[in-house]
Amino acid sequence: MVKKILSVALCAAVLIFIYAPILLLVVYSFTDATVIGRWEGFSFGLYAQLFRSEEIMRILLNTVVLALAAAALSTVLGTAGAIGIFYSKKKVGAPLKGISQIPIINAEIVTAISLALLFSFVALYRTYFSLIIGHMVLCTPFVVLSVMPKLKQMDPNVYEAALDLGAGPTKALFKVVIPQTFSGILSGFMLSVTLSLDDYIVTAFTKPRTFDTISTYVYNAVKNGTNSSTPALRALSALIFVVMIAAVLVVNLSARKKKEASR
Amino acid sequence: MMKFRFSRKQLCIPYALFLILFVVIPMLMILFYAFTGETADGGISFTLANFADFFTSAAKLSTLLMSFTIAIISTAICLLIAYPLAYVLARSGWKKRSVLLMIFIMPMWINFVLRITALRELLDLIGLLGTENYLNTIIGMVYDFLPFMILPLYTTLEKLDTSYLEAASDLGANKLTVFTRVTFPLSMPGVISGITMVFMPSMTNYVVSDTLSNFNITILGKLIDQYFTTYDNWHMGSMISIILLVIIFLTLLATGGFKEDKDNARGANLW
Repeated sequence: MVKKILSVALCAAVLIFIYAPILLLVVYSFTDATVIGRWEGFSFGLYAQLFRSEEIMRILLNTVVLALAAAALSTVLGTAGAIGIFYSKKKVGAPLKGISQIPIINAEIVTAISLALLFSFVALYRTYFSLIIGHMVLCTPFVVLSVMPKLKQMDPNVYEAALDLGAGPTKALFKVVIPQTFSGILSGFMLSVTLSLDDYIVTAFTKPRTFDTISTYVYNAVKNGTNSSTPALRALSALIFVVMIAAVLVVNLSARKKKEASR
Repeated sequence: MMKFRFSRKQLCIPYALFLILFVVIPMLMILFYAFTGETADGGISFTLANFADFFTSAAKLSTLLMSFTIAIISTAICLLIAYPLAYVLARSGWKKRSVLLMIFIMPMWINFVLRITALRELLDLIGLLGTENYLNTIIGMVYDFLPFMILPLYTTLEKLDTSYLEAASDLGANKLTVFTRVTFPLSMPGVISGITMVFMPSMTNYVVSDTLSNFNITILGKLIDQYFTTYDNWHMGSMISIILLVIIFLTLLATGGFKEDKDNARGANLW
């Protein structure tokens, strides 16, 4: 009994720790107060401000477009890479897998400055090109990680059967390998979107100076002390919190249901 | 003319080129910059001055030590919170425990700058912001990286074969002994994986320390950033990066993190 109470107390305490700041922001997004802690009556004022702010809307669009583009490119490159590595000899595959781990293990700041060094050397520093490459360096290894286990689970005979039945290697690839690894490819894509949306450090070192994502915009707002003067950011955060929590719940619960149904 | 034959192996060529161009070469450039400096006439020459400078500068060494301490404390707190939590979740026998786990690791999916800014507002509300810089930074690191500790611990504890535990108690071990001699040793892979995923970002993620200490605390990651953006000394910044990499390498070696499969890394299997 005591054990059960302790367990529940622990879970509750950690949940409060995790969700208190998020809840605080969501609650105070529904009042016009400039400072959190002074409730000035219920209002959608901040949301109105948010949607009227061309600057914030542009940044939101930047962030989403960048994430989708980086994730799409990373998914194509990483899926091809995983398939290539899987069918390569160990002599080729093992070092590639090893190098692929570098951006995963490495501190983000080190990845960021290494790209800064490279791109300033070739005079492409702080361009859209360096930005998208930066995000791809972060995301692609995770796509490879997501696709690889699905390749291992695949029955190799199906591909051979497709070839025997007259499909060319390209057709067999698209008709057999890609469909069978699709869940891994999809989760690689989703993970890439999340990683790209989450990133600050690599973005800060590779983005064009006039380009901002939500991360760099909010960090700079805190840095310049303008955070409290733009309460609309509170509404933006609250909105993102709620949308992300809902998205994760829906995706995971439906995936779980499907898994249980197929069992 | 020989006909070009497509084979599946060739699909790794673009990725291999990508890795060489944007991972290997940039890392080699850090190495090059770390051991070179600008000479008086504007040229570049090999030098160990950056290395010597780092280890003779009291300011830089104290930053390293302080950053290391913050990371160790944050990692320890994460472990102390996450282990019992993961244990309770994994061993609860509750059918929907994976849903419960998801609620605990949900923050992984939400932009960390926004979460840290939200935490900043909370710390401001309870009067800690601006007064307790170190405490706030540690709270922030724990807040940001706790899910990365919970997930690998839960995964190993959930997979744990309960027949070992039953065998131990059948053979007369009490509950404490079962835990210290069986459960904990068997969960070591999760502990190691969690430590490596929390320790390194705690030394380098300066968004957390900047936001929560009002830019008063300089951790090692921030120092690298400053040499690139403020002091414009890319050689010194590269040298500090190399030192950081050595520290990462040593912690991986010390904890046996290299043996870990990295499938858990940043929740690679979450979606």
